[in-house]
Amino acid sequence: MSLLEVRNLQVKAEDKQILRGINLTVNTGEVHAIMGPNGSGKSTFARALAGHPGYQVTGGEVTYDGKDLLDMPADERAREGVFMAFQYPVEIPGVNNAYFLKAALNARRKQQGLEEMDAMDFMAFMKAKASGLQVDQAMLQRSVNEGFSGGEKKRNEIFHMAVLEPRLAILDETDSGLDIDALKIVSSGVNAMRGPDRSFIVVTHYQRLLNYIVPDFVHVLSEGRLVKSGGRELALELEEKGYGWLEAAGAKA
Amino acid sequence: MSPVAERLDTISTEHARFVQGRGANAPAWLRDLRQRGAARFAELGFPTVRQEEWRFTNVAPIADTVFRLAEAAPTNAAELASRVAIPDIAARIVILNGRFAPELSSIDNLPAGLVAGSLARALADTAPEATYLAQQAWEHAPFIALNTAFLEDGAFITIAANAVIDAPVHVVFINGGAGKTMAHPRTLIVAGANSRARIAQSFLGSAGESHFTNVVTEVSMGENAMLDVYTDQREIDSAYHIASTNVHLQRGSTFKSRAVTLGGKLLRNDIVAVLAGEGAHCALDGCYLVDGDRLVDNHTTIDHATPHCTSHELYKGILDGRSRAVFNGRIIVREDAQKTDAKQTNRALLLSDDAQINSNPQLEIFADDVKCTHGAAIGQLNEDALFYLRARGLTERDARDMLIHAYAGEVLEGITIDSLRLQLERELFTQLDRDLADHKA
Repeated sequence: MSLLEVRNLQVKAEDKQILRGINLTVNTGEVHAIMGPNGSGKSTFARALAGHPGYQVTGGEVTYDGKDLLDMPADERAREGVFMAFQYPVEIPGVNNAYFLKAALNARRKQQGLEEMDAMDFMAFMKAKASGLQVDQAMLQRSVNEGFSGGEKKRNEIFHMAVLEPRLAILDETDSGLDIDALKIVSSGVNAMRGPDRSFIVVTHYQRLLNYIVPDFVHVLSEGRLVKSGGRELALELEEKGYGWLEAAGAKA
Repeated sequence: MSPVAERLDTISTEHARFVQGRGANAPAWLRDLRQRGAARFAELGFPTVRQEEWRFTNVAPIADTVFRLAEAAPTNAAELASRVAIPDIAARIVILNGRFAPELSSIDNLPAGLVAGSLARALADTAPEATYLAQQAWEHAPFIALNTAFLEDGAFITIAANAVIDAPVHVVFINGGAGKTMAHPRTLIVAGANSRARIAQSFLGSAGESHFTNVVTEVSMGENAMLDVYTDQREIDSAYHIASTNVHLQRGSTFKSRAVTLGGKLLRNDIVAVLAGEGAHCALDGCYLVDGDRLVDNHTTIDHATPHCTSHELYKGILDGRSRAVFNGRIIVREDAQKTDAKQTNRALLLSDDAQINSNPQLEIFADDVKCTHGAAIGQLNEDALFYLRARGLTERDARDMLIHAYAGEVLEGITIDSLRLQLERELFTQLDRDLADHKA
C-alpha cells in the first residue's frame, strides 16, 4: 500500500527553482535511497517533505497516508508520523533534551488518540530506546544538541526517531561527518526500526551508508529531477562511475 | 504659572497636606529629613529627556498627572495578597499604599536574629538600625528626594550578625485603588556581619484610574553577609512605577538581585551598588516582558570602589507590540580598585518589528589591572530552533514558549523560592498568550 505519493513536485528556495518535478511512490515497509551530486536538490526534497518554511512549493502534489501533506504545517506532519533526521541538528541552549522529547512524544500520542505518557513511564521508555544507540544519561539531560559532537548529534537524531516511532522517516545526509563506528551505531539503530509498517527515505551523497542500511530502491536526483531508479545495485554502479554520466543523461532528457 | 512650576506646585501642596496631617507626629529628625527631601526635589524637579540619565524615558505623564497621596488601602488588598502568598516563609510584610498593614502581615513568630515589620514603627522606636536610613547618596536623584519628602512607612528588615535565616521574608506591596493616587513606600534592609537571608518583594497594583508607585529600597550589607533579593513587579497596565535601590556592600559580602518586571505602563528601575569593601561580590540579574505601548527602563550602576571585588550582571528582555525598553549598565572602577572582575550582559528578544530597545553599556575604568567585559545581543527567536522543535511535533505556540522559557530561565532559575518562580513563570506565559492573541486579532 502506498504511504507517500509525490507527483511532479516543484520547489523553490530563495527564489531559485531547485526541484523541477519529482515523482516518487513509497509503499509501507520500503526503504528508498535518494542519491545525487551536491546541489542536485536532495536536501531540498527532504526539507520540503518535512515542511521547512524556507522552501516554497511551486507545483505538484504530495499525498501522505491519503492526506494532502503540503496542506499541513510542519508540526502537524510530525504529529501525523513524518520524521526528518536533520543534516545539521540545531543546538538549543536551555531546552532539556529529555523534556523536549517527552513534549514531542505526547504531542504525537495526543494526535493518535493515546493517553499522554507520564514522567515515570517516559523515563523507562526513553532509557530502553537510548541503550542501543549509546545515548547515555548525560546526553538526555543536556540541552538539545548543545555542545554535542557531530556523532552525538546524529545519534541523538536517530534516538528521537526511535522514541517518536514515525511511519515515514526521512534521513537527510545522516552519514555526513560520521566516522565508521558512529555510522555503524546509527545504521543499526535505523535497521532495528525497519518493519512492515514503516517507510524510509534515505538521502545520501555516498554509497557507503547503503552498505549498512540496505535500500529496496535507489533513485538518482540530478538538477531537480529523478533521472534514474533501480535496485541497490544502482548505488554500487554510481560509486564506480560517479554521477557524471547521469548528469549528462539528465541534461538531454 | 509655567507648566514646570505648576507640576511642582501640585507636589508641594500634597506635601504640605502630608506633613501637617498624618505625618505630623513623626520625630523631629524625620520631619527634618522630609524637609530636606522636599527642598531637594523642588530644586531638581521631575527629570526631563534632556538629562542624560532620562534620555529615553519621558516621565512627563507622571509629572502632568495630579496624583493624590493615597489615603485608603486598596479594597481588594486581602485577595491580592493571598494570591501571591508563598508558603514556608519566615515573615510576611504587607504594605498597602506605602503603609504597613498588620492585619495582612505575619510577623509574630520570627526566627532568632530576624526583625521584620513596619518601618514607621522602627523609626518611632528609634531602632538602632534606623540610622542606616538615607545614608547612601541620594541628593542627585529626584525620585529618591521625592520619596524622602513623603517618608513615612514601608518595610523594615534586619538580620542580626551571624544569623542564618533559611526561610525567606516576603514583602508584598499593593498600590492603587480608587482615583489617581501615589505612594512612596520605603524599605530598609540591614544585613549584619556573616548573616544569610533571602528577601522577596512583590509589587502589585489594584485596579483604579491610575497610580504612581515611587519606591526606595536601601540595603546595607555587613562584612561577609550574604543576601538574595528577588523583586517582582506585577503592576496593573495603567501604573507608573519608579524603583530606586541603593546597596552598600562591606568587605566580603555578597548581594544578589533578581528583578522580574512584568506589568506597568512605565517602569524605571535604578539599582546602585557600591562595592565598598575588598572581596565584595554583587550580581544583578533581571528579566522583563514588555508589550503593548509600555516602557521598561533598567538603569544599573555598579561602583567598584575597592580592590578584588567582582560583579556580574545579566539582563534579559522580551519585547512585543510597540513597546520600548532601555538598559543602561554603568560600571565604575575607581583608581584603587585593582583586580576588579566585572561582567555585564544585556540581551533582548524582539517578538515584534515595532518594539525597540536602547541598550547602553557605560564603563568608566580608572584602574589598570582589571577585567571588565560587556556584551549586548538583540534579536528574534531563532528560526532554525523553532523549526527543529516544530519538526518534532510541537505546535508553533509550544515551540515558542519552550524557547522563551529557556531564554528567561537563565534569570528565573536564580530565584530559589520555587513557588515564587512558578508564579512568575505562569504570569509571564499568561501575558505572552495574551500578546499572541493580539497578534492574531
